[in-house]
Amino acid sequence: MAESTSESGKKSGKKDEAVAAATPNVTEVVHTDASTTAEVEAVLDAPVERGEPILQVRNLVKHFPLTQGILFRRQVGAVKAVDGISFDLYQGETLGIVGESGCGKSTVAKLLMTLETATSGEVFYKGQDITKLSGRALKAVRRNIQMVFQDPYTSLNPRMTVGDIIGEPYEIHPEVAPKGDRRRKVQELLDVVGLNPEYINRYPHQFSGGQRQRIGIARGLALNPEIIICDEPVSALDVSVQAQVINLMGKLQDEFNLSYLFIAHDLSIVRHISDRVGVMYLGKMAEIGTDTEIYEHPTHPYTQALLSAVPVPDPDARERRERIILTGDVPSPANPPSGCRFRTRCWKAEDRCAEEVPLLAIPEVFAGKKTPAAHESACHFAEEKDVVGVA
Amino acid sequence: MPDVTKTPAASDTVLTSDETVAANVPAVPATGKPRSLWSDAWQQLRRNPLFVISALLIVLLLVMAIVPTLFTSVDPRSGDLTNHFMSKPEWGHVFSPEWFGYDKQGRSIYARVIYGARASISVGVLVTLAVTILGGLIGMLAGYYGGWIDSVLSRFTDIFFGIPFFLGAMVILTSFTDRELWVVAGSMAFLGWTQIARVMRGSVITTKQSDYVTAARALGAGTGRILFRHILPNAIAPVIVVATIALGGYIAAEATLSYLGLGLADPTISWGIDISDAKDALRDAPHVMFFPAGMLCLTVLAFIMLGDAVRDALDPKLR
Amino acid sequence: MTTLEKTANVPEPRSADDASTPLLEVRDLHVEFHTREGVAKAVNGVNYTVDAGETLAVLGESGSGKSVTAQAIMGILDMPPGKIPQGQILYRGQDMLTMSGEERRQIRGRKIAMIFQDALSSLNPVLSVGYQLGEMYRVHQGLSKKDAKAKAIELMDRVRIPAAKERVGDYPHQFSGGMRQRIMIAMALALEPDLIIADEPTTALDVTVQAQVMDLLAELQREFNMGLILITHDLGVVADVADKIAVMYAGRIVETAPVHELYKRPAHPYTRGLLDSIPRLDQKGQELFAIKGLPPNLTRIPSGCAFNPRCVKAQDVCRTDVPQLHQVTEPDGAALPGRGSACHFWKETIHG
Repeated sequence: MAESTSESGKKSGKKDEAVAAATPNVTEVVHTDASTTAEVEAVLDAPVERGEPILQVRNLVKHFPLTQGILFRRQVGAVKAVDGISFDLYQGETLGIVGESGCGKSTVAKLLMTLETATSGEVFYKGQDITKLSGRALKAVRRNIQMVFQDPYTSLNPRMTVGDIIGEPYEIHPEVAPKGDRRRKVQELLDVVGLNPEYINRYPHQFSGGQRQRIGIARGLALNPEIIICDEPVSALDVSVQAQVINLMGKLQDEFNLSYLFIAHDLSIVRHISDRVGVMYLGKMAEIGTDTEIYEHPTHPYTQALLSAVPVPDPDARERRERIILTGDVPSPANPPSGCRFRTRCWKAEDRCAEEVPLLAIPEVFAGKKTPAAHESACHFAEEKDVVGVA
Repeated sequence: MPDVTKTPAASDTVLTSDETVAANVPAVPATGKPRSLWSDAWQQLRRNPLFVISALLIVLLLVMAIVPTLFTSVDPRSGDLTNHFMSKPEWGHVFSPEWFGYDKQGRSIYARVIYGARASISVGVLVTLAVTILGGLIGMLAGYYGGWIDSVLSRFTDIFFGIPFFLGAMVILTSFTDRELWVVAGSMAFLGWTQIARVMRGSVITTKQSDYVTAARALGAGTGRILFRHILPNAIAPVIVVATIALGGYIAAEATLSYLGLGLADPTISWGIDISDAKDALRDAPHVMFFPAGMLCLTVLAFIMLGDAVRDALDPKLR
Repeated sequence: MTTLEKTANVPEPRSADDASTPLLEVRDLHVEFHTREGVAKAVNGVNYTVDAGETLAVLGESGSGKSVTAQAIMGILDMPPGKIPQGQILYRGQDMLTMSGEERRQIRGRKIAMIFQDALSSLNPVLSVGYQLGEMYRVHQGLSKKDAKAKAIELMDRVRIPAAKERVGDYPHQFSGGMRQRIMIAMALALEPDLIIADEPTTALDVTVQAQVMDLLAELQREFNMGLILITHDLGVVADVADKIAVMYAGRIVETAPVHELYKRPAHPYTRGLLDSIPRLDQKGQELFAIKGLPPNLTRIPSGCAFNPRCVKAQDVCRTDVPQLHQVTEPDGAALPGRGSACHFWKETIHG
């Protein structure tokens, strides 16, 4: 996209509009009826317009069975890691997913990558449900959806050279680049992510964390994917190096026309990079909206508590900000509370919260109103509250 | 322990037991050539005196096994009862047939010790190879696939693990009348693979969970690529260590079986047979037992030392 | 050093000259590690002081020497490969580095306690939490088993672990991450130390739990009037709790300042770069400022100012002369108490 490369750095402008036009976020899925592998591949190769949904997740569920017994395993329960979530990812946008450890955000990443099989629910990529694919069609999907991992120290094979690591995608998908071309392509990729192309024969342990993460990003880019799923891509890095990697990811998004699903626990980084943000709690989506809607007009008590707990690098804000200190810990996903999952730590909880599961929808009080608070929030008693203390 | 082992370069983290120190010294790409973990391990090995000593010994043993004529021109099987019955060593006559003296059949002990290396080393190497391939494969499949495949293979391994090694070997070997080298090696391998299988299984399970394996799967890599490109090279190190140490053990086991008369038999020359032959005259002529037994100990020790050195180089975190 | 009493009981805090001597003073501390790659100079002349009731935040990235300094204070450095060639660590005016092992043990745990990042690996998994908490009393104060258990329950109450009485017999793995960190804090507090060193105490915790633990720590510090050294890389946590800040880079302190001053007007390019490079929750940013390059290899620290290869302001002098920690003043020369910057161009950095 010519216009977007020219405005790297201030991506708020055009893209926001395109994305905003497509809200509410859960759109209708246009099913494609491809039955043969060839047809599926044709569907997957078709381009998607900017601002159109490219990935649609519907009622995705992942339960990990808990078993007992060694010889005769019987199921005694399930860890409800992801328990029915739906969202859309639009072409060219960054959707941030935030939540605390154990909320299921990393499981979502694995499900979207089809590294785990979903218990139920669908993931539509260009209208094609990828949870049911296998073989060549699945391989074609994997070419288009790539992943950047959290820990750059464990995500690169220590026994392979950087050239082999970044070149491996071409060996798995030989149709993308002819053999003689690969070395040049790998060197180009190294250059794109800001590493010296001469490092091609080095081994991962010869690099620092930030450089390794760049190698991981180069590997993710090798197949020219449309979607990159980033699972905590900077949380293992030093502060001064985080900014380098975040800027690089921003630049690459414009250059290669990528859609990002950005999973992180650091709310500041998510705000910086995301166009829209979803907040997860115990396997469910608590609230989802544009970055302004979530950060400046949160309506779900969990989002508010989460935001208020984030330490802001500004000592003057100590006095200005209201802090909501939650009591207790996140309950076990093997035995989540009935009704609203957050009710055990919520200061607003009433009887209704224990009985009725709140739906992720625009709260009635805000329905039809033209206010940033009118975004989807799964709370019976949703109300606006500014906790970030925007000056 | 020499301090060298505390500052490994072959580990993923850069240095020492102290995490903060490791973080303090980042791997700096500004200098140096590509260094694979294998070459790092080699650098580390080369500086380890334990390795140098054991490697020299092993090279010497290998040369003995392959070309014994380099060391002696005497036929170890020819006895001369008239002249040399159990005569004492002649310390001054280095490398000559009478150096270590003669046994009760008047055969040169020196020549027999040299020629005995071939059987011992062959059995050791053959059994280790067989065990590594068989045990490695079973362990790898069990570890990689998990689930019912793992259950079946692991129980199968446990059953074999439960058979006492020597008892089992004796039972098998007594059923053979003609115990050639491969028969002895084969029966030992048949009973000995379980240790490697267990080590391999554990190592594969650990490696399987690494992010780089997940990354390869996310790229759409097939099972073969994942197993042989990603898992095996990273899981093999502990197996190499165990196999090297076990090699010494197999040589000792062969000698034990031969001593009991259940392993190799005449005319094959084996230290175990010689030790057995010497036992009746131990008081009168201890040297007849001393030389084959000493050689056996030295060989076993060399492989155990090598295994230790290799472990230091490949997996410094292990200690 | 000869005046040091070897009392088995908890010594009285000294009265008369106490006001003038700080609780803890680190003077020109150097720490190096002898490795095969060469000598890694982890700490290169660090100075700081902490008073009772004061929170000093030591801020730095991995490899800045912030944790090594703390380990040197606690006397838990691995030596070898570690070595302290130079420097003093004064606890109430007494140099701990020249003390005997026994004298040091009297201070460690009893007078200075430490809280680690990873609570799970710092607690013994085969002993119950109550036993481990009670151990401090049994060993140091000779209490009976029953009294020690009562004290353990009291401590668990104090760090607000719900149902302390029922949970005193539980094992570490039965507690959540936040609760384990509370137990660590309880353990550090057991003997009511004068100083607590907290090394990244909340890094492994979730944001909402992080807030609880930091609040608890701050409250207990006030209650006991303890000194607190908070070691962290998180500029946000620092802003919330610290009184004064020391920023470390490559084993040196590059800037010291009271907390409000530092964030408003950093006087060192590294501090400024760090502040500019973190995204803000309350501001939707443009492109982030990124400090170029990488932290230096401690076996080959650049000559002159260690930050010079990454610095936007670097001149020739920065490559040759090691900058001292200059006293930072207002443009008119008025002193700014507690402020220092180890930059040849601190004036340009802070004032324009």
